[in-house]
Amino acid sequence: MSKNKNLLDIKNLTIHYGTDSGTVYAVDNLNLDIGYGETLGFVGETGAGKTTTALGIMQLIPNPPGKIIDGEIYFEGENLLNKTEKEMRDIRGSKISMIFQDPMTSLNPVMTVGDQIAEMIKLHDKVTNEEADKRAKEMLEVVGIRKERAKDYPHQFSGGMKQRVVIAIALACHPSLIIADEPTTALDVTIQAQVLELMKDLKVKYDTSMIMITHDLGIVAEICDNVAIMYAGSVIEYADVNSLYNNPLHPYTVGLFNSIPDLDSEQEELQVIKGHTPDPTNLPSGCPFHPRCPQAMDKCSKEKPNRIEVEPGHFVNCFLHEKTNKL
Amino acid sequence: MGDRLLEVRNLKKYFKTKEGMLHAVDDVSFNINKGETLGLVGESGCGKSTTGRAILRIHEPTDGEVIYNNENILKYDKNKKKKMLRKMQIVFQDPYSSLNPRLSVFDLIADPLYVNKIYKTKSELSDRVKEVMDLVGLEQRLINSYPHELDGGRRQRIGIARALALRPEFIVLDEPVSALDVCIQAQILNLMNKLQEQLGLTYLFISHDLSVVRHVSDVIAVMYLGKIIELSDYKSMFIDPKHPYTQALLSAIPVPKVGAKRERIILEGDVPSPVNPPPGCGFYGRCKYREDICKEKTPELLNIGEGRYVACHFVK
Repeated sequence: MSKNKNLLDIKNLTIHYGTDSGTVYAVDNLNLDIGYGETLGFVGETGAGKTTTALGIMQLIPNPPGKIIDGEIYFEGENLLNKTEKEMRDIRGSKISMIFQDPMTSLNPVMTVGDQIAEMIKLHDKVTNEEADKRAKEMLEVVGIRKERAKDYPHQFSGGMKQRVVIAIALACHPSLIIADEPTTALDVTIQAQVLELMKDLKVKYDTSMIMITHDLGIVAEICDNVAIMYAGSVIEYADVNSLYNNPLHPYTVGLFNSIPDLDSEQEELQVIKGHTPDPTNLPSGCPFHPRCPQAMDKCSKEKPNRIEVEPGHFVNCFLHEKTNKL
Repeated sequence: MGDRLLEVRNLKKYFKTKEGMLHAVDDVSFNINKGETLGLVGESGCGKSTTGRAILRIHEPTDGEVIYNNENILKYDKNKKKKMLRKMQIVFQDPYSSLNPRLSVFDLIADPLYVNKIYKTKSELSDRVKEVMDLVGLEQRLINSYPHELDGGRRQRIGIARALALRPEFIVLDEPVSALDVCIQAQILNLMNKLQEQLGLTYLFISHDLSVVRHVSDVIAVMYLGKIIELSDYKSMFIDPKHPYTQALLSAIPVPKVGAKRERIILEGDVPSPVNPPPGCGFYGRCKYREDICKEKTPELLNIGEGRYVACHFVK
């Protein structure tokens, strides 16, 4: 917010999927912005719409059944939704890169890793084959893989090493934004620690902004500057990491923290959020969280709460905090 | 301390592969007391699931003893084994692939009862199914639903109901919450705790998630490359881990707190292959304290006092 200009500005983004059993309201009126060099944690449960939002930014929503119904996505001041498919292809990979969850399936099994990195470079920069190969090898070293391994195939690498290759591909053209969709979920904790450490270093080195999609609040605490909590297709709370972790405001955020077993203290029983995430084809009226909310009021089922700024930079969509709103 | 229910002695399970013998479980020993939970942790491929399955003879162990209620169940013949397994059940990780998609909730839960011919009449059978559904918190209206109609949490409840139908004493829980979202995970963990108290169950809880294991276990065993390298009560393990691998593993957990002071130990490299492992400590290549002896001699899991066991030449 403090920056005068944001790298990415998402305004009122709404994405629906048409299915046989009705319309899926995957992303519902979502607003979000990311500054230069910022890392944003994007947290929510399965089906909250995290990945759909990411695919929306990349314009990779499968259409049909998916469709961006409404909204604007400003990237470096230009609305991505007005771009042609050809312009988008130039942006994908060179200016915005994506790291997917599963490194086992996001690499081409019949191409050497060196060629896969070089392919990306050749696609976006006008370079000779030799130059591209040289840069591919440099990128491998950047992510901590010996350059001799450029001629190896993905199956010759372990899971953590494969994810390093994917990161090398994502960074090859020095993008200004990286969208990392659960980049360490498929990895073991000690390997996850290695990869997170690498991502932290590279973020500083290349001064890249990043959207970190995850369900793990531990990872967010470690690597992110700001956090957006997502529930049923929209952001329900947004703040810098400190404010959010020390003073979570939305009852859903509070519940989320309470459901994680604590490593440092005794708990007989975990506090749970009752019920289940709502059916995205049939979202509850008013606040989508109200059927599960321990503090729900009459109003919550009738009206949708607007975004309010409780403290500077700490936003929440909840009626409970309306009276404390001084702004 | 309760009575000992299960004793695993020198359990081994090797698999034959093209490249040689894969030592999935290599000389593992531990005990579980009645009504308690042993948490078995480790990273993928360390042999924790194979251990759980070898105990139930889903994979027939290569060597060792599994003593259940003072009898070695590995010596049982087919009939005795089948009877035995009523008392010993398993809940699998992925509720999406471990349930037959063509069976309804009723049939899924009744299945183990049919197979073991427990009830003679339909009404008895259906009463028991309903009773178990209540026990695990599945709404009666779902009795004719199919797995694809239900979410992950409810499916895992079916998995638990199937395991409970035969009134077991001992359950192997193989990553029962790993495929679930945190909110649902918390619900299932609370359910497992409640059932343990209510029915006096004994659990072997297999998981890669240390915060989950800490929450449910009385005793925790850490596995690395087919061996248990540290075993201790859950409190001491987290306050003062002894083995260098346990230390690194604990330090690698991302903590959901800002400014949490934790010194992180980043391990180099990867877990070595369990096919034809060389002699010596399996952790040798990644350990920062390694010395020549670690390469030559495999450290044994030794009692270092206060009920703690560590397999490392430098921890006494």
